[in-house]
Amino acid sequence: MEHFPILSAITFLPLLGVLIILSIKGEQEIVDRNAKNAALLTTVATFLFSMVLWFSFDQTTAEFQFEENAQWLGGGISYKMGVDGISVLFVLLTTFIMPLCILCGWDTIKVRVKEYMIAFLLLETFMIGVFCSLDLVMFYVFFEAGLIPMFLIIGVWGGANRVYAAYKLFLYTLLGSVLMLVAMLYMYDVAESTDIPYIIQNVVFDSKAQIWLFLAFFASFAVKMPMWPVHTWLPDAHVQAPTAGSVILAGILLKMGGYGFLRFSLPMFPVASEQLAWLIYLLSCIAIVYTSLVALRQTDMKKLIAYSSVAHMGFVTIGIFAFNVQGIEGSIIVMLAHGFVASALFLCVGVVYDRLHTRDIDRYGGLVHNMPKYALVFMFFTMASVGLPGTANFVGEVLVLVGIFKVSTWTTFFALTGVILGAAYMLYLYRRVVFGELTKDDVKAMLDMDKREILIFAPLVILTLWMGIYPSTFMDFIHVSVDNLVTQHEAAMATYHAATETLANAAGH
Amino acid sequence: MNDIFPNLAIAYGEIFLAVGAMVLLMIGVFKKNSVNLVSWLSVAFIAVALFLTVVSVSGAAFTFNDMFVADSFTNFMKILVLVAAALAVIMSREFFKLEGDDRFEFPVLMVLATLGMMVMVSANDLMALYMGIELQSLALYVLAAFKRDSEKSTEAGLKYFVLGALSSGILLYGCSLVYGFIGTTNFNAIAMAIGNLGDSSAPIGAIIGLVFVLSGLAFKVSAVPFHMWTPDVYEGSQTPVTAFFSVAPKVAALALLARTLYVPFGDMSASWGQVVIFMAIASMVLGSFAAIMQTNIKRLMAYSSIGHVGFALLGLIAGNAIGLRGVMIYMTIYLLMNVGMFVCIMSMRRKEEGMVEDISELSGLAQNHPAMALAISIFMFSLAGVPPLAGFFAKWYVIVPIVTEGYYTLATIAVLSSVVGAYYYIRIVKIMYFDEPAEEFIAQKSVPMKLIAIAAAFLVVMFVVPQISNPVLSGAESAAHSLSQD
Repeated sequence: MEHFPILSAITFLPLLGVLIILSIKGEQEIVDRNAKNAALLTTVATFLFSMVLWFSFDQTTAEFQFEENAQWLGGGISYKMGVDGISVLFVLLTTFIMPLCILCGWDTIKVRVKEYMIAFLLLETFMIGVFCSLDLVMFYVFFEAGLIPMFLIIGVWGGANRVYAAYKLFLYTLLGSVLMLVAMLYMYDVAESTDIPYIIQNVVFDSKAQIWLFLAFFASFAVKMPMWPVHTWLPDAHVQAPTAGSVILAGILLKMGGYGFLRFSLPMFPVASEQLAWLIYLLSCIAIVYTSLVALRQTDMKKLIAYSSVAHMGFVTIGIFAFNVQGIEGSIIVMLAHGFVASALFLCVGVVYDRLHTRDIDRYGGLVHNMPKYALVFMFFTMASVGLPGTANFVGEVLVLVGIFKVSTWTTFFALTGVILGAAYMLYLYRRVVFGELTKDDVKAMLDMDKREILIFAPLVILTLWMGIYPSTFMDFIHVSVDNLVTQHEAAMATYHAATETLANAAGH
Repeated sequence: MNDIFPNLAIAYGEIFLAVGAMVLLMIGVFKKNSVNLVSWLSVAFIAVALFLTVVSVSGAAFTFNDMFVADSFTNFMKILVLVAAALAVIMSREFFKLEGDDRFEFPVLMVLATLGMMVMVSANDLMALYMGIELQSLALYVLAAFKRDSEKSTEAGLKYFVLGALSSGILLYGCSLVYGFIGTTNFNAIAMAIGNLGDSSAPIGAIIGLVFVLSGLAFKVSAVPFHMWTPDVYEGSQTPVTAFFSVAPKVAALALLARTLYVPFGDMSASWGQVVIFMAIASMVLGSFAAIMQTNIKRLMAYSSIGHVGFALLGLIAGNAIGLRGVMIYMTIYLLMNVGMFVCIMSMRRKEEGMVEDISELSGLAQNHPAMALAISIFMFSLAGVPPLAGFFAKWYVIVPIVTEGYYTLATIAVLSSVVGAYYYIRIVKIMYFDEPAEEFIAQKSVPMKLIAIAAAFLVVMFVVPQISNPVLSGAESAAHSLSQD
């Protein structure tokens, strides 16, 4: 079927922006301004382009849509793109968050503006590519390539300890990913193809090999998620990154891990997933409880939100490995919701950081008096992060809890503890920053949000509410694909159990 | 008829280059101030040799009593060697123009070394093998010590000579053992003799001989544990010489190693396999760990090259055409990255100090020379093997056959060592982008240098595009099949 290669267009449109920005020459000030404009235009155009997916996506099929297929490296490795219900919303999330990122660095980034914009546009290409790839090698290329701009963003425009954070991010993620690479090579050898749908449909890996493959992929995705105990790069990266970097990190990059589990681990290694689910539950429960407790003790706003991200990602992994429709749908919704809410929270931190240049919670207090608009927005997202009904997180968390309750009550118990702790640390943060007496002089001098900042937050508020009040709009995209995923998984497990039973019977006779 | 009068047609490239080297020598001796002329002529001669090599062969052909072979494998490798040599000569022009000490012997020696490498690539007999290696090495010893009034350069030359002579001795001893136990020096005849012996019954003397030959060749590719000379020679030699060292001799020696392992000793892969596995692992690990502490960029490149040779050896371990293809792709990409990187290193020059080689001098380069910093970071990320740059695909194509053959542990060690390697590569990016700017360098004015760096960076970035990578992939594919015959 020939059609306009919409996915490639969305993916590579930001590269066009990069070329345009590269060609800008002239006086520093003008170059900077034009670079910003070009970057904003490109990201907005990409977003508008991606709305085609929103409107013409067929919600009744689990098949991959908008497929593109071309020869690439030969030997079964092809350039293949496509989206299904699981990935399409992540593509949209990416294109949606990007203009906000560009906007939030509008006034605050003053050095090397051109390079900053280029780095973000490159990152956008790579991130969209990850969600659109239907080929293992291609996926890996995009997955890893994102590290380069992210490394530079943190290292060049980050805080005081940025070099350490940039290194940690780069090496941690690389270490996890290379193990996945070896696993991919093995799969390539067995399947003689790197076509993802083909492997899901036709290739059954030996159940022993599955364990190793699962662990190798796990190494990569667990670092990316991040899961306890390999989460330690995240707080560092978040704290040091510029606001927009944190937003990207929390909003999109973390979702790659969850997406990876859904795209690879579950459908390709069903047996191993089931057998190692206890490990996931264990790590996720530890993550939820432990990082929530750690978050309670933080004095740095960004670090606190970073730890809360780890806890939220714990919900995602639990939901995915519940192996039922509610759990998986819930985890996708949690990821999307977290994409909005955590991004917004980092933006909230950015707003006050731009004014006072500190993230130290104790330095603030009483903001409600002189920044009422800000207090309202911050309140809204605090509540959303806690999972107040009517906000997006609530929908996701409830679904995850329903899903996991069918499988493991103990896991549900610990996950619920996390919800309570989450309320504790978020409200505690909010109280310390926004309420109380307005005593400090420099805090008194802070101005409320300007138009640009309101413009950034408005769409996030709307989407968080939309997803919380009428989640069907989003669920309809996901539902058929998830249903299909679960059915496939159950079928695979049934075959496996039948085979082992026959084997056991044969041994018994 | 072949025995009476050899078929010269397939060796036109070598013959032309041999005659050319002598002509260049004559011009240099009898014509005053002819350095420029000799240099550019030598580039032209190399180009002609390249042309002759490409057009003169179709299918495999033997000549000089089967001592010399030409097929698409030799062609592929010779193209790499000749391109690297030509680029090195061009780079040396700029270097000597600024540095002074401009002598016509330099290009002549380069041409002679290149000739030696071409013979190495085409060697199909232990004698031809030795002859090629010696011709190459003798020229290289002199090149290493070319700056004769510098202590470092002399030291480099001497060290290279002493260790090189030792390795040649080992190699020759190995050759004599093989000849003693097998009874012939011709590669095809050795292969037949070993094939006739059947499985695992090769005489112990031949195995020892093989190990000795391997050791000698390992010295030439600077694989661990025969790598000791590399950092010192890289550091001591003048930069264009180092650029030359880091690519062309390695390509030639790897080609020779591949042929030696695949053709005469193809049936003894169980014996050499473990040796090569050891060398590959040791090289990759040492290359990545030892480079971390380096402060001199050329020493860093030396350790990096050791690590990369370890990766290239992976392809040989697989023992099949896919592995060999991987080696060739690896060397092609390695050539691009290294040549580009050395152009950048040669641009590290200040008004008062002249050439600087300390990594810390790159500090804040992104603000003084953004284009150069961008190029270096492209090469660095590529050397580290981060996709979508070419270096990733180089590694991909050597690790695929390893996994296919079931060496999972080996593949895991390889990728893990590449993570360690990434640490020191990105350290350079960090220094250039995150640190405070140091004093500016003199802007690179030379057009050829700029062109080389831009072309290399462009190709490294664009390797993902099939239109650019396909010629390399398909060329390597057919070349690999011509050697491994399966």
